Amino acid sequence: MYTAAVQDLIDELGRLPGIGPKSAQRIAFHLLSVSKDDALRLAHSITVAKERVSWCRRCFNIAEVQAGLHPGSGLAQHAASEPAGDAHTVLCDICRDARRDPKVICVVEESRDVVAMEKTREFRGLYHVLGGAISPIDGIGPDKLRVRELIARISPEGVEEVILATNPNIEGEATALYLTKLLEHLPLKVTQLASGLPVGGDLEYADELTLGRALEGRRTIGG
Amino acid sequence: MGLYRDEAVVLRTYKLGEADRIIVLLTATRGKVRAVAKGVRRTKSRFGGRLEPPSRVSLLGYEGRNLDGINQVETVDAYAPLRRDLERMTDAGALVEAAEQVGREGESDPGLFKMLTGALRTLAYSPQRPALLVGAFYWKLLAAEGVVPVVEHCVACGEPEVVSFDVASGGTLCRAHRQGAPVDAATLAVVRQVLGGRLVDALALPASPEVFAAAGMATAALEAHLERRLKAVHLLGGAS
Repeated sequence: MYTAAVQDLIDELGRLPGIGPKSAQRIAFHLLSVSKDDALRLAHSITVAKERVSWCRRCFNIAEVQAGLHPGSGLAQHAASEPAGDAHTVLCDICRDARRDPKVICVVEESRDVVAMEKTREFRGLYHVLGGAISPIDGIGPDKLRVRELIARISPEGVEEVILATNPNIEGEATALYLTKLLEHLPLKVTQLASGLPVGGDLEYADELTLGRALEGRRTIGG
Repeated sequence: MGLYRDEAVVLRTYKLGEADRIIVLLTATRGKVRAVAKGVRRTKSRFGGRLEPPSRVSLLGYEGRNLDGINQVETVDAYAPLRRDLERMTDAGALVEAAEQVGREGESDPGLFKMLTGALRTLAYSPQRPALLVGAFYWKLLAAEGVVPVVEHCVACGEPEVVSFDVASGGTLCRAHRQGAPVDAATLAVVRQVLGGRLVDALALPASPEVFAAAGMATAALEAHLERRLKAVHLLGGAS
């Protein structure tokens, strides 16, 4: 129907998550209508991101190749080409920051959760990104997460506390339960993020599980 | 837009767009339903916390062209103790996965709903985790579907003394026709307890090789019936 170049573009865009054939077609025609500079800037951003961005070898957060290592250099290419879960050559900004407390590790499911935690400005420790959560119904077991890598960090890094910050849904809770079982025999403190009422919410709309947990985790503020 | 009120068990959820979810439900009167719950992934969602598997809920829904929608949700039973025990949580996953595979959209199946809610209640509130719960649920599911393998005699000749079990042949087999995996009398006694109206006794059985074997037979038979591998039951060394 379309010329080969346009059809290729539509096909490639259609492979992106959440983009159906119609959306792919719309985006493709938008890209054809914008100036060449705008389109090339997008292409360049994708190329640079793929070249420079990798997974942190320590915490598996998203990491960028350190300054001085130019994209296209051997190290950058090596880091970018390696699949997740293998030995990596780069450290993320958080792991490189000497001011962070290496004795506390916050375990999260995805890199996006690191960003959410960092926005609080309350946490000064390091992270560990599991790369998902245990999901019995999807057949995702602990072997498909970066659990072994977490255990391997505990002793060499002298970790004293592990904070479980998995999502408060059934998969996240299964993961937290599994990690608790695994870590409880080690000489460290295992804590979990509190579950409770969102700021600005109405008590009457809180679901029973959340409200129950808020009650369970109540704290003394006076007397 | 037809509004309806129903009770349902949340079987599983899929992320949709920015903050929505597709919720797969087994309803009491409408069979399996796939419905969109808007904004439930936001922390301030009024009912996001109620639409977590395997909660039993009362909902106000509306019929849509492809997917239904959910307006309001009240919790009937969140089966909270399940969330404090990884093994029970995995068992619950095995129950809802099987119910999702067996349930049909647009086809009322009150029997399946009753079986699932009963199994979840037993799993959540029994002082000890019932070792045979998932296996027994699978056997009952096979019976309800009308595809339960023969376990009383040889499926080929009717000989009462049997030595093996073969899903493809349709049940147990005698020495002359033996095929599939060997099966002993103790395991068959457990299966007959489940299918013969002594479910309570069967669920009280402690974990043993016979109980695991009986559960494994049910899993194999259900997987053969569904023509797909069940995932949750094989996780964390479940009844496989």
